[in-house]
Amino acid sequence: MDAIKVRGLSKKFKDVLAVDHISFDVEKGELFGLLGPNGAGKTTTINMLSTLIRPGSGEAYVMGFDILKQRDHVRKSIGVVFQEPALDGRLTGRENLEFHAMMYSMNKVERMSRIKEVLELVELSDKAGKKVETYSGGMKRRLEMARGLMHRPEILFLDEPTIGLDSQTRRHIWDYIKKLNSDTGITMMLTTHYMEEADFLCSRTLIIDYGKIVALDTPSNLKNILGGDVVDIEITDSCDTFIPELKKIEWIKTIKEHDCRLSLTMNSGEKRIPQLVSLAQRHKINIASINLHKPSLDDVFIHFTGKTIRKQES
Amino acid sequence: MRRNLMVIYVMWLRDMKRFVRAPSRIIGSLVIPFLLLISLGLGFGKTAIPGLSGSTGYLGFLVPGMAAMTILFTGMFSGLSVLWDRQYGFLKEIMVAPVSRVSIVIGRIVSGATTGVIQTYLLIFISILIGFRLPPILPLFVSLIFMILMAFIFTSIGLIFASRMKDEQGFGLIMNFIVFPLLFLSGAFVPLNNFPLWVKIISYANPMTYGVEGLRHSLLGFSMISLPVCLTVMGSIAVLLIIIGAYFFETSEVV
Repeated sequence: MDAIKVRGLSKKFKDVLAVDHISFDVEKGELFGLLGPNGAGKTTTINMLSTLIRPGSGEAYVMGFDILKQRDHVRKSIGVVFQEPALDGRLTGRENLEFHAMMYSMNKVERMSRIKEVLELVELSDKAGKKVETYSGGMKRRLEMARGLMHRPEILFLDEPTIGLDSQTRRHIWDYIKKLNSDTGITMMLTTHYMEEADFLCSRTLIIDYGKIVALDTPSNLKNILGGDVVDIEITDSCDTFIPELKKIEWIKTIKEHDCRLSLTMNSGEKRIPQLVSLAQRHKINIASINLHKPSLDDVFIHFTGKTIRKQES
Repeated sequence: MRRNLMVIYVMWLRDMKRFVRAPSRIIGSLVIPFLLLISLGLGFGKTAIPGLSGSTGYLGFLVPGMAAMTILFTGMFSGLSVLWDRQYGFLKEIMVAPVSRVSIVIGRIVSGATTGVIQTYLLIFISILIGFRLPPILPLFVSLIFMILMAFIFTSIGLIFASRMKDEQGFGLIMNFIVFPLLFLSGAFVPLNNFPLWVKIISYANPMTYGVEGLRHSLLGFSMISLPVCLTVMGSIAVLLIIIGAYFFETSEVV
């Protein structure tokens, strides 16, 4: 049985189709990523899977439970770390965890030991007695992750787990997420609009745009679709003589040309650059610049949607 | 069943912690009724007001009214806590938990009622300072029943509106729009019999009236409407509103 099974799930807000007939499966123990720009439908998908909103159409199963008909079973099997902190600032860290434990009807003995455990896991034991409103952004995130794990859910949803955090804290949170996934074997599904986050963390990544699935595979397979490294060459003149020469070389997979800027794809680009330079010299062509570009999920996104994530956000 | 009681308890416990940690809110909620007791209660204290029994001065008459007003305000505005929870995201934490929506609503109503009752007793005890004579223990206990019923009713109304609204300003506006007619047309300030017939008809349709009258009977020993009538009316409205409140919460959108 898959941890999550989604079939033709859709959700409409007024006239906007936020999620448009998506279908996918998440295996148990997977660290599954939903990648897409803001407004792509990631949070809506998580909200539907965590029973916070009802789907417009389609069906989905979380640990085998129907998200419409078995909401309480779904709720019991999941933990959620929301995009905006969902903590009570007037309560202490420990009290927030206690509230959660009681909502999930854990008895007192279990509660005490589990709170101690999760606090240690996220290294907040010494701050547990302080009011949450005094916590930093990173501490709040960690507390929320601790809370999401309290009742030993089988799936943990993380909605934009590092949004609004500085790069150092982000790195820290990434390590926690990776460690949690490998130590406990818990299935994780996270949303993000940071390419490097999906790249670093996820075993498989689903790229979503305008509510539709654009691609779904492991980050490395997704990058392979692009055909390897990209070498950008800028030449000052006589592009017309250079291109036919390049076309004769069998290890160059594709050639794109735009105003004497050439974009070539190939494997192990760093080893090919010297050969390209000597080829140019033989034909008396001046190279203005060479740039080697290892593909990122950014390029994958551009490849599939024809635009960068950044552009879409602004 | 035990599960649901636990949810009600933990919802209540959280609100109590927040309540105790915000003493300014407790004091703030008592300022207006206390000022009214001083300015109206003492101001008109020596005036003969038609419709009052001989032994009770206007201050004595006004205390149950102001007590009811305190419950009305705290109850109605406890809906704000739902809006705050929505705004600060905590509502999601509550709604994603595997617990029945009815127990969540009851937890909120019980905690709203607790704060309302505590504040009201504080007001009653403070009013002793300016000359209010405290009734014996038993009537004071009967008054508790009315306070709880009133708190249930008004907290439910506040929650029903809060479940459908997103912004605080709008909520405040609508609440004021409801609170003041309920208050002024309830006989909290003047004896009901002094009103002309058409006002009296409206007053008898106002649940607040039965709360004020019930409180007055239990605290002062007299009222225009008899105690059993007050109790029946308040009890039925409370049950009805809790059911409606649970329905509204169950069907409300969290995000």
